[in-house]
Amino acid sequence: MEKPDLKVNLGGIALESPILAASGPFGYGHQYRELNDFSQLGAIIVKGVSSEPWAGNPAPRLAETASGLLNSIGLQNPGLKSFLSDDLPPLRDCGTKIIVNIVGRTIEEYAAVASGLDGIDGINGLEVNISCPNLKAGGMAFGTDPEATHKVVSAVRQQTSIPLLVKLSPNVTDITVIALAAEDAGADALSLINTLSGMTIDIESGRPFLGNTFGGLSGPAILPVALKMVWQAAGAVKIPLLGMGGITSASDVVQFLLAGASAVAVGTGIFYNPEIVSGLKEGLVEYMVRKNIYRVEDLTALAHRGGINDEQ
Amino acid sequence: MVNSYSTAIVETKEITSDRYCKLTLKAPAASVKGLPGQFVMLYLPSEYGPMLPRPFSIYATDREKGLISLLFEIRGRGTELVAGFDEGSGIKLLGPLGSCFPEPPPGALLLAGGLGVAPLAFLARRAKTPVTVLYAVQKADNLAFQPEELTRPGLILHLASEDGSIGYEGTALDLLAMHLEQASALYSCGPRKMLSKAASMAAKAGIECFLSLEERMACGIGACLGCVTETVQGYKRVCSDGPVFAAGEVVFNGKA
Repeated sequence: MEKPDLKVNLGGIALESPILAASGPFGYGHQYRELNDFSQLGAIIVKGVSSEPWAGNPAPRLAETASGLLNSIGLQNPGLKSFLSDDLPPLRDCGTKIIVNIVGRTIEEYAAVASGLDGIDGINGLEVNISCPNLKAGGMAFGTDPEATHKVVSAVRQQTSIPLLVKLSPNVTDITVIALAAEDAGADALSLINTLSGMTIDIESGRPFLGNTFGGLSGPAILPVALKMVWQAAGAVKIPLLGMGGITSASDVVQFLLAGASAVAVGTGIFYNPEIVSGLKEGLVEYMVRKNIYRVEDLTALAHRGGINDEQ
Repeated sequence: MVNSYSTAIVETKEITSDRYCKLTLKAPAASVKGLPGQFVMLYLPSEYGPMLPRPFSIYATDREKGLISLLFEIRGRGTELVAGFDEGSGIKLLGPLGSCFPEPPPGALLLAGGLGVAPLAFLARRAKTPVTVLYAVQKADNLAFQPEELTRPGLILHLASEDGSIGYEGTALDLLAMHLEQASALYSCGPRKMLSKAASMAAKAGIECFLSLEERMACGIGACLGCVTETVQGYKRVCSDGPVFAAGEVVFNGKA
């Protein structure tokens, strides 16, 4: 068999690999570049950027849970201006596509970041984060209501022609309703899922452990939830999906593709293994060779179509 | 700084008082580069948790042999897993990471509360000038190492225990109060409440003070912003802006 073809098109973004770095854990990529060959990644989705600097939430911001991690960072970021002057330039030659996660407390704030990033050299896509559970206003409030989702995605769409991903929250009754609203408002692709809202209590002090009381749960604990939501969204929308939630191995990657994702992103997994990126890609290629599947695109949603026919 | 991620080999493991583990690893790069105050991340061999790597202060290095020693309390599943490594086994290590203590001036006090002694013992061994180590524990059983382990010319070690079972009977802060007048600077590591009070005592005495802080970490290299502490310039990362901070920078309980 020829070398498997890993190229995918994610809503107008041509990717060399279907494995991306999820927004958050990688920050703006600088620290992890020393440990990973970013050209092995389809893209890096950089940490959320807001129009003005955000301080983030009080400490402590992290708590480890069973096979998972609760965080309440609160989207601490230096703001659009500083991102453009300090963080983006060194990333331009990192060997992969750059997608910027954008956040806001109001529709106007989302629109302002999108407008500020439109036409900037080196930015291949925007991921509209309507699903961060760690904000008092904005964030997840948009992603749990179809009308609000439609409004914010439409507003961002009007500001830019850059391909738009919309990052969905799992903290909803029916993910397909939000997925359809985002698609209708002009999203080119959907990212799912963001973290699940949760908390932990310190029994010695008798108080919530996290400085923000609630946090977002990520890691292997949430993988089955994420997989189900990708499966459901794949049955509802026509635009491509970027699947994420607890990926730590190549078999996790394959599961998301089979469930309906065109590409996947690894987030918390980078903490467990700072060199995880290349291993995931190697494992995916090994799987494709073993299953005699030449194009990674052919894996997408295969579980909806009767699975793999090993006789072919 | 280029981060070094590699497999370290467990050279020796000593478990004392059923609670403390001294792990000596063959890790040549970390051994040569590691400075007092810096830490390493050790990766856990578990598939379903706990999965996050754990930060450990460097307790000692032997640069000629390429060894680094870590001294920690076994107090949760993460540290249990690390203490469970057998001699000769491999463990993934990232580091050295973070900031280091500045070279202490002659006559500096190094105040350690409990396991805060690990980075200060390293500093005391490496310092080029006479320093005094104040090491306070709850009781004699809680000493993480034998006092004979921490010797070099010009190094003075004073012990204290809250129950009086070893050294002076009292707390770390009692011991500090006794020695503060002659001190040229204060370097401290230990529980946050102790650090807060030690910092105000140093400020009143008008001497420089450096603190090594602890916080839960995920990446250890400044990317995730999970381990921040409040400072006069906003939130700073304990892993990469610290763990060593000038005391004047740190905001304790909402007050600088």
